This record gives sequence, structure tokens and C-alpha cells, in this order.
Amino acid sequence: MTLIQAVFILLAALTLGAGLMTVLSRHLFHAVLYLILSLVGVAGLFILLEAEFLAGAQVLIYIGAISILIIFAVMLTRGMARNPGPPLNNQSPAALVIAGLFFILLAPVLTGFPWPAAAPGVPADAIEALGRSLVDPNQFALPFELASVMILAALIGAIFIAREKR
Amino acid sequence: MIPITWYLLVAAALFCIGVYGALARRNAIAILMAIELMLNAVNLSLVTFWRYLHPERTMGQAFALFVLVVAAAEAAAGLALIISIYRNRETVNVENIDLLRG
Repeated sequence: MTLIQAVFILLAALTLGAGLMTVLSRHLFHAVLYLILSLVGVAGLFILLEAEFLAGAQVLIYIGAISILIIFAVMLTRGMARNPGPPLNNQSPAALVIAGLFFILLAPVLTGFPWPAAAPGVPADAIEALGRSLVDPNQFALPFELASVMILAALIGAIFIAREKR
Repeated sequence: MIPITWYLLVAAALFCIGVYGALARRNAIAILMAIELMLNAVNLSLVTFWRYLHPERTMGQAFALFVLVVAAAEAAAGLALIISIYRNRETVNVENIDLLRG
């Protein structure tokens, strides 16, 4: 086993273990912390995949923004955090069966497909090409602008919904 | 070199963990976190396909970025809804949020 494979296994174990604890954790605040750990693992996997910009965006947006938002929501709904009760509902055994079956069905498809054996090299200007394609009218300029409109709408909607009404 | 199937299996496992969480948790915020896990798994798959199949094209990374934006919007709107529900009903337990039940 090479060093990079060992790093991968470490990061994968971190991601999956923290993800599992996110789902199973009894205390909601601990669940958020485990979610952050899992997101850090995914960011590490992005770096292993040589998608450095996405790893940075992952750290900024997910770890920096979304998890803080979730922590705020947990604190604002504090009564629930203080008295958690059972974290799982009564359909959790069926949910376990469904999620497990889904993985058991998915795994042979992923391992059995004839993927190309070796990955081609990443071009040196991959990040520059990504940035240019996002503002290129022939590629992603329209989705890019639509995404900005959508996030603005979501921001205004979130403020409007969460506002205290008198 | 890490085989592509390792990445895909990790992404699939992460997605299934998210599915389980979204179906089994009682707290609405926990369900939202499970959805974030699922979106992350999809992003991991997209970046893996970009890296192993077409690293010369930017599509894989661009799609992952759009997923990131949608996740941010979803978190903002979803958490605002949860806070609004908590303010009105004093609970974020999805079993007690059944105003629309017939």
C-alpha cells in the first residue's frame, strides 16, 4: 500500500465515521460537530482528487458558513437541544434496511463497471479553465448568473421567513 | 494511484448514511444535516468522475460548484423555516409538525 492510499483510507474513515456519528449522535450539538468533521474529510478527499479550488470552497462555504448557520439554528431551538429524547423515530429499522439495501445494490454496479484503469493527468491550468468556463457565455455563464439570483432569492426568503412577526 | 472505485464506494456509503439519517431522525435540523451529507456524497462522485474520466473539461467541477451553491441556499431557507416553525409550535420534531395532515 502506498502512502497516498493510506492517506485516502484515513480520510475515508474520518468522513464515513464522522458521517455515521452525525446521523446517530444523541445530542444535536455533537451531531453538528461531527458533521463539520465529516465535511473536513470530504475537503481532504477533494485535495487528493486535485480539485484544490473545490476543497477551498468546501472549507469556506460548508465548514465556514453552513455549519455556523446550523449551529445558530441548534442554539435558537434550544429547548430541543437540552431535552433531546430519542434521536430516532419508529421507522428507523426500515430506514436502515432501505439505506443498507441501496448500498448493497449500488456497490456491485460501481465495482463492476469497466472504468478506465489509469486517470489522465490534470492540466496545469485547471483552475483557470474552471474560472473561465464559469463566465463563458458558451458554457456556464447563464447557470452561474442563475445561481447567483437563486442564492439572493434564498437569502431574502430566509430573512423574510425567519423574521419575527408582530 | 487510488482506484476510482474506492472513491465511488466512499461516496455511495456517505450517501446511504445520509439517506438513513434523513429517514430515521426525528429532529428537523438533523434531517437537514443528513441532506447536507447526501449533497456532499454527490459532490464527491462528481469530482471523482471529473478527475478520472475528463480532467481536461471543467464540467465536473462546475457542477460540483453549483451543487455547493444549491446546498447553501437550501440550508439558509431550510433553517429559516425550522426557526419559524419552532417559534410558532415550540418544536422541531418532525413527528409533531403535522399541520397539513388530513
